Amino acid sequence: MNLTLKIWRQLNAHTAGKFVTYQVKDVTKDISFLEMLDSLNEDLLDRGEPPVAFEHDCREGICGSCGFLINGVAHGGHRGTTVCQLSMRFFKDGDALTLEPWRARAFPVIRDLIVNRSAFDRIIQAGGFISAPTGSPPDANAILIPKESADTAFDAAACIGCGACVAACPNAAAMLFTSAKLTHLNSLPQGQPQRDQRTVSMVAAMKAELFGSCTNHGECEAVCPKEIPLEFIGRMNRDLIRTLSRRRREPLVIAGVVQEPSDEEAQ
Amino acid sequence: MLDARIPPGPIEQNWDKCRFDMKLVNPANRRKHSIIVVGSGLAGAAAAATLGQQGYRVQCFSYHDTPRRAHSIAAQGGINAAKNYRNDGDSIFRLFYDTVKGGDFRSREANVYRLATVSLNIIDQCVAQGVPFAREYGGLLDTRSFGGVQVQRTFYARGQTGQQLLLGAYQALEEQLAAGTVTMHIRSELLDVVIVDGRARGIVTRDLVTGRITSHAADVVVLATGGYSNVFYLSTNAKACNCTAIWRAHRRGALFANPCFTQIHPTCIPLSSEHQSKLTLMSESLRNDGRVWVPKKKGETRAPEDIPENERDYYLERRYPSFGNLVPRDVASRNAKEVCDEGRGVGPSGQGVYLDFADAIQRLGLPTVREKYGNLFDIYERITGEDAYAVPMRIYPAPHYTMGGLWVDYHLMSTISELFVAGEANFSDHGANRLGASALMQGLADGYFVLPATVPDYLATTKLEPLDTSHPTFAAAKDDVGQRIEKLLEVKGNRSPDSFHKELGKLMWDECGMARSEAGLRKALARIPELREEFWHNLRIVGGGEELNQSLEKANRISDFLELAELMCIDALDRKESCGGHFRVESQTPEGEAKRDDANFSYSAAWEWKGLDQAPVLHKEPLTFEYVHLAQRSYK
Repeated sequence: MNLTLKIWRQLNAHTAGKFVTYQVKDVTKDISFLEMLDSLNEDLLDRGEPPVAFEHDCREGICGSCGFLINGVAHGGHRGTTVCQLSMRFFKDGDALTLEPWRARAFPVIRDLIVNRSAFDRIIQAGGFISAPTGSPPDANAILIPKESADTAFDAAACIGCGACVAACPNAAAMLFTSAKLTHLNSLPQGQPQRDQRTVSMVAAMKAELFGSCTNHGECEAVCPKEIPLEFIGRMNRDLIRTLSRRRREPLVIAGVVQEPSDEEAQ
Repeated sequence: MLDARIPPGPIEQNWDKCRFDMKLVNPANRRKHSIIVVGSGLAGAAAAATLGQQGYRVQCFSYHDTPRRAHSIAAQGGINAAKNYRNDGDSIFRLFYDTVKGGDFRSREANVYRLATVSLNIIDQCVAQGVPFAREYGGLLDTRSFGGVQVQRTFYARGQTGQQLLLGAYQALEEQLAAGTVTMHIRSELLDVVIVDGRARGIVTRDLVTGRITSHAADVVVLATGGYSNVFYLSTNAKACNCTAIWRAHRRGALFANPCFTQIHPTCIPLSSEHQSKLTLMSESLRNDGRVWVPKKKGETRAPEDIPENERDYYLERRYPSFGNLVPRDVASRNAKEVCDEGRGVGPSGQGVYLDFADAIQRLGLPTVREKYGNLFDIYERITGEDAYAVPMRIYPAPHYTMGGLWVDYHLMSTISELFVAGEANFSDHGANRLGASALMQGLADGYFVLPATVPDYLATTKLEPLDTSHPTFAAAKDDVGQRIEKLLEVKGNRSPDSFHKELGKLMWDECGMARSEAGLRKALARIPELREEFWHNLRIVGGGEELNQSLEKANRISDFLELAELMCIDALDRKESCGGHFRVESQTPEGEAKRDDANFSYSAAWEWKGLDQAPVLHKEPLTFEYVHLAQRSYK
């Protein structure tokens, strides 16, 4: 099949970008979307033009490196699928596809389809962990965890941190990402001691990174390659209310991640 | 020359004795010591986080945009631990025994025993961190069985165990970043190790966004940079996995052990097109319930469901009745190759065998099978467009893991003083074949428990000269790296980096893959230098060095694969016996199984770099087996 690709090209964070149109010919159905881009890049290299930069690594949908918008839809719009898992079987001859990077203020473009997602790491630094220094913890079976809790924790922990939820959200909110980590850790008995602190700190970090807020569009859930449900955002909000009612209002202050609230905010 | 520094005394007491004999660093003095950790996978992230918790100043490097992308994340099946929660006869000694036997008696007993001992602590540690392992309804941990063993000792988190363990280590690492004990350098690729007065005192890295080349000094350098299966181009490894860090350390004097010991994993999705960029693993755990078969007739054209039971050959169950479909990986892979070579392979290419779940679905019910393996069936469906609940999966072996790596002693120190190597990047624990669910165990054992004990001992007992990057050796190493990058950019030839990589990979798969012969290896040894020569004269990279340039990154990694490949073939040629994943066609039993030659080859082969056009020099570390009786492996 032959395709027309309109791809966002941008040299670096400091220069303006633009769409460039490429024709890709004789694509077979048994390759993946990224393999189709590989062959476009081989052609570009042959012609002495710079190949299209895109992130990818495991190519099996688990590392979270890849991701861009195809015709405005993060990861291309097949349920539970990252772009690296998109097969060319899903496309047809003559398709015109527009490829552009995640669009969010918190994710500045680095080059072409590559963006900087370090804001996610900083949200994790604010509290996305259970403090358990390596040493002699209790025996693994000493902590009984109901299967339902373990399953919920797993469903949430399946997040791969790709950023599609942010790209799909009209408000560029990172609430699905943040709530997934909170649900993972807050569902487990081991996560209870730090539950309040974790919740308030991660929410504060999210705000500090200039992500927007959820207004219940549900686009994030629709594009999430791991099908993390919107329900987790509700859990996060409940945990936040619980935290505030228990009079834990101060986020953990971490230099460069979460700042002390200003006077204005404290009021 | 090679002293493995194994503590004397009974094997059960080795590690305790070693830990007691090691010197400690006073908590107040720890912050005066700096440690570089390269790599942020299971071994690297675990080591960086733990050393940070202890109070050392740690700098951690990753070529990814965040530590959580490391390829450990893709491990599916599980992690072994000798907990004996099932009361099915497991013990530390049995895990040790299984691992030595599974490795076909080419690993170091003391290291393996330590690994088995520490396995208990790993599970405890991970649960404390909140890793959501699979649970029974009573709230206790669930386990399953894996290849090469007869107990259920594998802990798992659906088909995403590696992801969950890595996120546990990543979260511990991020906590230390916030605490300020660890500094993370993302999108930074190691391009050289700096050796001052015979000690590894720093590294040179390239910033992958700006192209800036920087050097970093520290008291100790740890490499946890993974394996080199991508030398085959098509493998189950992530696209960026490479040998550059360990290879450049090798060129600086670290011996490279058993480079030819590579693992070809039996259950991967078969190759379907020449444009394919990688192969996808289907977890070995599938062999718990799936049955492997091919048609009895050559050139069978009927669909699998139309082939009656008596015309199917469940060849693993037939040949190995006691282990059946759960034979070790090397045995399963070789058997798949054999039946395909006989012309009984399935699928469009004839390079595939069936992995059939019909019986399991009938026995357990669809919901149970879905619960256990759902995500794997989904992956399969996405790639092949086939529903494996309805038709059998097709699988074929693919390069997956490298047992070889930099030689390390019991303390995980390489032959360069102060250069420690952990995880898949070292060679020590798996011998000639790794058992399933042991890679995660080893990565975390090295990172959480071994290095945090051995690195401080080194700091406490060694008088280190203060040093920073103004030392002339750093400038020289930086220049070397800069010149190599320049040289790559200046070739301006006609072939893309990938085209060289594909050609090298095909050659290695044909001649140094599942079966190796003297003639084939000699052919490869003649071709590799030619290909390398062409690479340096006909490579094409577009763009410059001072920008984000993915073709340059690739070319740089391939330039190292082109050197490593030669050493792999030299090692494979030199080891005339068959053992584990290394199958020399000249050395097999009448039944076609790998035939070891313990009289002549009971050693680890550690190779010393002598220069590009010089033959490497072989050093042997003799292997002795006091606790596990040397025997021809049998899984019959």
